[in-house]
This record gives sequence, structure tokens and C-alpha cells, in this order.
Amino acid sequence: MKSRVGFVIVAFGLLALYPLVAGPYGIDLVTKIMIFALFALSLELLVGGTGLVCFGHAAFFGIGAYATVLLSPQDGTASVLWLLPAAVLAAAVYALAVGALSLRTKGVYFIMVTLAFAQMAYYVVHDTPLGGGTDGIYLNSKPAIGAWLELGRPLVLYGFTLTLLVAVFVFLALLSRSRFGRALAGIRVNEQRMRASGFSTYPYKLAAFTVSGALAGLAGFLFAVKDGFVNPELLSWHFSGAVLIMIILGGIGHLRGALVGAFAFALLQEFFKSEAVFGDFAKHWHLGLGLTIILSVALLPRGLVGLPAQWQARRAGRRGQHSRRSEAVEPR
Amino acid sequence: MAAEVLLQGHQISRRWGGLVAVDRVSLALTRGTVHAVIGTNGAGKSTLVNILSGELPPSEGRVELLGQDVTDWSQPRRAQAGLGRSYQRTTVYPSFTVLENCRLAAQARTPLAWRWWQDAARCEASVAAARAAAARAGLDPFLDRQAGLLSHGQRRQLEIAMCLATAPQVLLLDEPLAGMGAEETERMLALLTELKVGHAILLVEHDMDAVFRVADTLTVMVNGGVIASGAPDFVRHSAEVKAAYLGE
Repeated sequence: MKSRVGFVIVAFGLLALYPLVAGPYGIDLVTKIMIFALFALSLELLVGGTGLVCFGHAAFFGIGAYATVLLSPQDGTASVLWLLPAAVLAAAVYALAVGALSLRTKGVYFIMVTLAFAQMAYYVVHDTPLGGGTDGIYLNSKPAIGAWLELGRPLVLYGFTLTLLVAVFVFLALLSRSRFGRALAGIRVNEQRMRASGFSTYPYKLAAFTVSGALAGLAGFLFAVKDGFVNPELLSWHFSGAVLIMIILGGIGHLRGALVGAFAFALLQEFFKSEAVFGDFAKHWHLGLGLTIILSVALLPRGLVGLPAQWQARRAGRRGQHSRRSEAVEPR
Repeated sequence: MAAEVLLQGHQISRRWGGLVAVDRVSLALTRGTVHAVIGTNGAGKSTLVNILSGELPPSEGRVELLGQDVTDWSQPRRAQAGLGRSYQRTTVYPSFTVLENCRLAAQARTPLAWRWWQDAARCEASVAAARAAAARAGLDPFLDRQAGLLSHGQRRQLEIAMCLATAPQVLLLDEPLAGMGAEETERMLALLTELKVGHAILLVEHDMDAVFRVADTLTVMVNGGVIASGAPDFVRHSAEVKAAYLGE
């Protein structure tokens, strides 16, 4: 328990100190990764926290991003104070509607229904004038709060993103040990048992789905502000798949897994795209990334955050002890 | 004083296509008694429990809980109204501790579950209810043990404790003795005898000796229908039961 809290504090501490040593490229990259981490955290609430595998999470991210651009005034600067809540609200309202319908299904059907809703949203921005079509739209001016928080400045955006990442992490950590979070965990393990105890499980799941969608919308807001540009790819199923892979890579069932997974995924992507390392082969980066992910999932069934426990178990195994017992019931 | 009927089933039937799983079964559970339902595998006992608890709607018939018609109520609503059930297959949460399992069940009855900033372990009402339920089921010494590490018998006790944590008036227990050793069975029977004070208990069970020891009323089911119902002595000497079930 203590070592986990320590890990998270050290990780956030390093992120806070990183601008002291980083150049513009590094700041931009890590800002992007922190936005992905926020997005991954929002999905972890559903997948790891509630046992609902959503395969259309990019839609909430994309709607947050598009709302940011579409609501920004043509001339003048929008205030973060209203633009951010508006983007989050747009994603939350959409998540509430999608959740209300899709949560009537279970298992594989739920996965497919969430995918179908995301594809609908994708085609709305892809094929209608509303979202600027395949080309996407540019953000006219980046939002700010007066002169002291101008998100157009990379360092300010970095600090703002890190603050929100920490805030959301703390929020989800508190949530997971609250009665609401425990009820979600109960639903994940055995929903029928929860109903027998007297829980109407549907409102709990719908609340989790809406909160998750709202947080994904928050990540979308930050992404739109960072890039100053949105396109339909933000809502594509590739991106929904990528964020699922992030939390699987990091380790489902742990908030820090979403952090670790987002960093691992993005850094692997940078690595395989790097022409300095791979030369011409770099344009085939999907292959290297895909193979690495397949290998990691095969070798690390509990993700990167499960690695220390896996090593301990192996060392204990060499000494001839039975480690299966502790493995079977590792607390989540 | 007339017996206080807490749960009543009127002419309950359940059909799956052409198969009649439960055929016009009526029964009444009264406070302070154990009502056992026995029958061969596939006699419809578990289907009956699922209908009474609200997991499955009946094709025909009515269910009355504490004098109210609850046939159209969802399972959570019936549970809130005082109907607790345990499952044939153990359904405790293996990665949670004994206390946390009970607390989670008790939480269903505490208001303000949306306070996301409050640590669940500090919710005094649900923790108190959980401790009381665990103590009642004899799990005092194991409060902080993970449920996955309990023995089979202890897990069955935990199942009952989780049931008790929701403060039910009616307990539907689906084979609580399944797979238990002799000593564990004794402990569970003592617990049942203790629990029947203040509760109405429906016991679905295979272990005949145990059933005749604790039950005040017996209902015998064969092929979905009731072939005998009454006091243990009456059932034991019923010719139909002997022929159909006890194999004499």
C-alpha cells in the first residue's frame, strides 16, 4: 500500500520537475501523454472499476474536443472558466444518453453497442458540415483566464494539464474507496449478488458511465487546446482501441496502471516512429508497436504494474514456495 | 397468537416453453419458523427461490411480502423491503475481507451512498451492521481475512452473514449445507436454529437428516409440483413422499 502511494507521488513529482530539464519538444510530448493518461484514467473507472468494457470511449474524448472548438468565439479569447465546463458537460450529456441505452445490454453486446454509438458520432463529424468534415477544424484562439492562465503558452498548458491529472487521480482514488466505488467493485465481481442485497445496480452503472464520459471529455478539451485543431480521427475506433490497450498494458484494476500504460504506449509509439533508430523502417511503426504490445500482454498478464509482484512470485517459486495463493486473491 | 405470515406464494407457476419447472406451488413462511423445501434435482426448488426473491418473474401466481403484493417488484426493491437470500453457489467477493463483504451488503440499506469523498470503511452505520452480522454468523475472529482464503464452510457462513447484514425479515437459503463437513454442518444448524427467532426462513436442502432436525414445516416437490406439505412427522409418514422421494 505505502509503496504504491510512494510510486504515484514520485511519478507526479518527476512530472512537476520535468519542465526544468525539457525543451519545447519534450514539453509538448509529455503534455500529450498526460492528456492520454487522463483519458486512460477515465476508462479505467469503467473497465477496472465497474467491469464495463467500453469500446467507444474516443467518442466522449472527441465530443469534448469538438465542443471546445465549436464553442470558441470566432474573434476574441474564450474563458477557460466556461469553455472547460461546457466541453465536459457536452461529453457528459452524450455519455448519459449512450449509457442509458447501452447499459441495458451486457458483456459482448455492451462492447458492440458502445462501439456502434461511437461510430455514429464519428460519422456525424466526418460527413456533416457541423464538424468540418474529414479536414477537421482549427481553434481560432486558445482559451485563457485573464492574463495569468493563458493555455496557448506550452508551459502553462503543461502545468494546467498536470494539475488536472493529479486532481482527477485523487478524485478517482477517493471515489474507489467510497461507498459508491465499493458498490461499483461489487457490481464488477457479481452484479446479481448486489441486486440480491438490495442495490438497484443500473443507476450506479449509469452514474459511473456518465462520470467516465465527462472525464474523457475533459481530456478531449485539453487535447483540442494543445493541438489547436480537431479532426474526426479523435472519435475513431482506433483511438478507442488505443486507450483500451493503454490500460491493459498498464494493468487493469489499478489507477496507476492507467498512468503507466499511457506513458508506455506513447513512448513505445515514439520509439518505433523514430527514424533515428529505425531509419526507413520507421514508417512501418505499427508493426513494431503491435508486436511489442502482443508480447507484453502475453508475458505480463497483469500489466506493467503487476510486474513487481510477478517477479516476487517467480523468485518465491524458485525457492520452492507456493505463491499461487497470494496471487489468486491480490486485492484490487 | 396467530402465526405471523411474512412471505407467501400463491399458486406460483413457471414454464419454459413446454416444460413446467414450477407447477402451482403455494406456501407461507411464518416468523419464528424454518420452512424446508426438499425434492430431487430438477424438482424446481431453485426456480421457486428465484421467483420468490424476484430474480425471475412467475408465469402465473402471486408473491406477497409482509402483506403486500410484490409480484411486480424488482429484486432490489424486495431486498430493500426485507427479503434476503443466499445462493447455492458461493457468491462472496473473494478479494474483499470478511468485514468488507458484509459492509458492502449492509451499505444497500444506508442512505447517501453518493458521497464520493467519504471512505466506505468510515460509514459507521454500515460497518456496525456488518460487524453485528459477522458476529452473528460466527465469523468474529476472521473479520480482516480475505474471503477467498476462508474455508468452504466459513464461506457459507459469510454468505449468511452478508444476507443478515441487509437486516432482512425473511431469509431464503439455497442449500446452505452443500459440501459441508460434519462439524461445519453442526455449526450451521445451530446458527439456523438461532436465526429462526425473529426471522422467517425458507431452507432448500438436500441433507435429509439436517432438514428433519431444523425444519418446522416441510414442502416436498416433485417435477415442479408439491406432493406433500406439513409438519415433519406428517411428511415423513406420507405415502406419496415415501413412494416418490424417500425411496421406501
